[in-house]
Amino acid sequence: MAGKRRAFMEQYALITIFAVVYLVIGFLVRNSYYQLMMTLVLIWGTMGLGWNVLSGYSGMISFGHAAFFGLGAYTVTIAFVKFGITPWLGIPLGVLVGVIAGVLIGIPTFRLRGHYFALSMLAYPLAMLYVFEWLGYQEVSLPMKRENPIAYMQFTDQRAYMVISMIVMVACMIISLHVECSRFGRSLLAIKQNQPAAEAAGINTTRWKMYAMMLSAGIAAAAGGLYAIILLVVTPQTVFGALVSAQALIVALFGGVGIFWGPVVGSAILIPLAETLHAELGHILPGIQGVVYGLAIIVIILVAPDGIYWKVRDRIMARRTPAKVGAQPRLAEQISIAADAAPESRPAFGQTILQLDGVSRSFGGLKAVDDVTLSVPQGIIYGIIGPNGAGKTTLFNVLNGFLAADKGSMRFAGTEISGLKPHEVCACGVGRTFQVVRSFPRMTVLENVVIGAFVGSKTDDEAEPLAYEALERVGLADQQAHALAGALTTKQLRLMELARALAPRPKLLLLDETLAGLGHDELEDILPIIRQVNRESVTIVIIEHTMHAMVKLADHFSVLDHGRLIASGTPADVVRNPAVIEAYLGKKWMHRAKDQVA
Amino acid sequence: MTDWQWLLIDFFQALAAGLLVGGTYGLMCVGLGIIFGVMRVVNFAHGDFMMLGMYVAYYLVTGFGVLVFLGPYVGPVVGAALAGPVVYVIGWLLHKYLISRVTGARVISAEAEGHYAQIILTLGIALVLANGGLILFGSTPLSVQTPLSRESWEIGLIFFNQARAVGFVMAILCAIGLYLFLTRTNLGKALRAAADNPIAAAYVGIDVDRSHRIAFGLGVGITAIAGGLFAMSQSFQPYIGFDFVIVMYAGVVLGGMGSILGAFWGGLTIGLVQQMSTLVLPYQLQNTAIFVVFLIIIFFRPQGMFGRVWERT
Repeated sequence: MAGKRRAFMEQYALITIFAVVYLVIGFLVRNSYYQLMMTLVLIWGTMGLGWNVLSGYSGMISFGHAAFFGLGAYTVTIAFVKFGITPWLGIPLGVLVGVIAGVLIGIPTFRLRGHYFALSMLAYPLAMLYVFEWLGYQEVSLPMKRENPIAYMQFTDQRAYMVISMIVMVACMIISLHVECSRFGRSLLAIKQNQPAAEAAGINTTRWKMYAMMLSAGIAAAAGGLYAIILLVVTPQTVFGALVSAQALIVALFGGVGIFWGPVVGSAILIPLAETLHAELGHILPGIQGVVYGLAIIVIILVAPDGIYWKVRDRIMARRTPAKVGAQPRLAEQISIAADAAPESRPAFGQTILQLDGVSRSFGGLKAVDDVTLSVPQGIIYGIIGPNGAGKTTLFNVLNGFLAADKGSMRFAGTEISGLKPHEVCACGVGRTFQVVRSFPRMTVLENVVIGAFVGSKTDDEAEPLAYEALERVGLADQQAHALAGALTTKQLRLMELARALAPRPKLLLLDETLAGLGHDELEDILPIIRQVNRESVTIVIIEHTMHAMVKLADHFSVLDHGRLIASGTPADVVRNPAVIEAYLGKKWMHRAKDQVA
Repeated sequence: MTDWQWLLIDFFQALAAGLLVGGTYGLMCVGLGIIFGVMRVVNFAHGDFMMLGMYVAYYLVTGFGVLVFLGPYVGPVVGAALAGPVVYVIGWLLHKYLISRVTGARVISAEAEGHYAQIILTLGIALVLANGGLILFGSTPLSVQTPLSRESWEIGLIFFNQARAVGFVMAILCAIGLYLFLTRTNLGKALRAAADNPIAAAYVGIDVDRSHRIAFGLGVGITAIAGGLFAMSQSFQPYIGFDFVIVMYAGVVLGGMGSILGAFWGGLTIGLVQQMSTLVLPYQLQNTAIFVVFLIIIFFRPQGMFGRVWERT
């Protein structure tokens, strides 16, 4: 944890240096036009930070942050003009309005994903734009207060506004820094990289997204409030217009997505560039700043698609650490020596830990899971096999809450789990892996597993040891822990996913085709690890469609075909069951197979 | 006439206006729908291609007067039609040299990561087109001069603005032509296949990049035609694109993102909603009505009418 604290101190120092240097330059500048420009850099930096908290961290791209910006601006303006409320109170009030709007917009809009989310966000500020025009707020100016102007945030010296904006932006930077380094930011990053995996790892995605929306909206509203104070005139087009949303997104994307320095860097480069061009050439070529602005972002996206910050960082990182991720036979060997006991010599299993009764789920007319009843005793490795399309993965999706069961009950350790959301099922002690590995590719292996550990730990500091312990259990702790997940081999990814599921110390693990796509040697590496995990009192339910690996691993087989359970028993019995052979090979082959078995 | 008869006439008048405007909106949405359907790219610059179409039609008909010899009735229509190929070429080139760098089969499977690049790139193109338009064309609002826009056909007690009616008929013809192209020709079928499943299309030997290029050119070309038609009854300036990109997306989403012809009905619905809303709402809130309807529908049927929501784990 000392490392984390030092990283914080480093960032604080950098932020302080940046702020001081910026303000010193600002105080040396005599020209009030440049002072205004420097203030605008801070306001758009703040706006970009707001956008980044939602869209940069969670990946839910918003085209509509002008809604919050505009509400902030109009709250300050209307409070001032109509009710004589000073902006000192008006800005916090605007933030409050922004946060409330964030909640009201978030509740319905978070049901949408991807493009739909982005586009419906676009609709909110534009709807508001026309409403404010219709209400008669086409152009509202903030009147000058002759007596006691400071009480109304009116200064003759432009630099006062720069200081206020800097305070607001630095506050937002520090908030962002803490978000990034906490469970909050990690969870958002996990949502961005792979939402289903995040849910299965126990992250309450709806809650974190809502917090992100509230924070993001509040910051955007603060930026809008400052904007109104500085420009003194508010029109619907300038605060709700599509260009406001675009500008928030551009400064963040240009500077760097998902990192608080990004919007600051982006704003510091783009705003002066655009303003200067406008001032120098605007009278000859009226749209020149927009053209150069557009060209600049086209170039940056082709050269550094994630923004300048990441490009520079990747350069530095590449020079510093030549990434080397190799196989690690030594550890796997150790485990296989420790786990050489064959599954036959196993103790009797405990009482039922998972009980399914008549669980069904259909898609339209297709019964993907049809009246499945099974009970899984504690401590067992329970194999569910069946041909492709038998409903195995659907069964898991129903079990861990991705899909709701149409009928039936599911009891885990005495608790009814049907109807729970994925993160709640996870919190009960049910972990899962996926058929196609769902990793968070841009996080390190350790960070991937830490995400899984959050649900099992109260504080963020507890999560890391838990994650490390899980990595040790699967043999990834030593060398791969700090490698990027994107650089792992298939086998290592499977092990990492296993570790992520193990991190919160679940009682039951659902493994979805963990062995699929592995070669013979890799299989020999993984099987002992699964057995070892099982021996450490984790009950395992594993799905496979190939039998050969399963025969070595599972204590008990259940066979699914067309969503129905057609056989259940010891592996030896099940593979001789005619119904099973028919399901796998078809009727034509059944007799021949029967002859051979006999 | 009694009050409620007037009300009825108002109603049908709004219905007629909605249909006429909606037909042109429908064609615009089809253009956007092709691009989204085939490429899964949110094209922010789409409204600006429509703006280009408007200016091409304007310069052909009114500005340089190349088409004056065709007379005030046929000229504007031909001008609008010619805007299509011109903008097709612009779109084709932009795709070849810029957009193909951030799209294609490898990006389609990626999640949010890939979209950042597309959004910012098309946003950049939008900014360049809109502001470049300002430099080239100036900020004075223009419109394609035609006597049609001042005249109406009267059927019963309902007025049909001639410019809009001609635009409507042309839009329908274009949409039908496009429908035939997509269903009857091999190229059209290949485009639909690439829209349906780009990876599978690549497996059966369809050049996905080429399909995308054609789809992009076609999409912006179609919308440019719609823009040219619309320019007969609506004044425009270089910044008009931003307003319309939202209207177009509303239509595309209504019709079901990915469904090319569904987009036409979506656009038609948007036109109807916009005009009918004036019966109950103040004139300024027409567009608010569009967004509200858009939001309501997106919440209840987020996949649109033909979209898919199935996701494998």
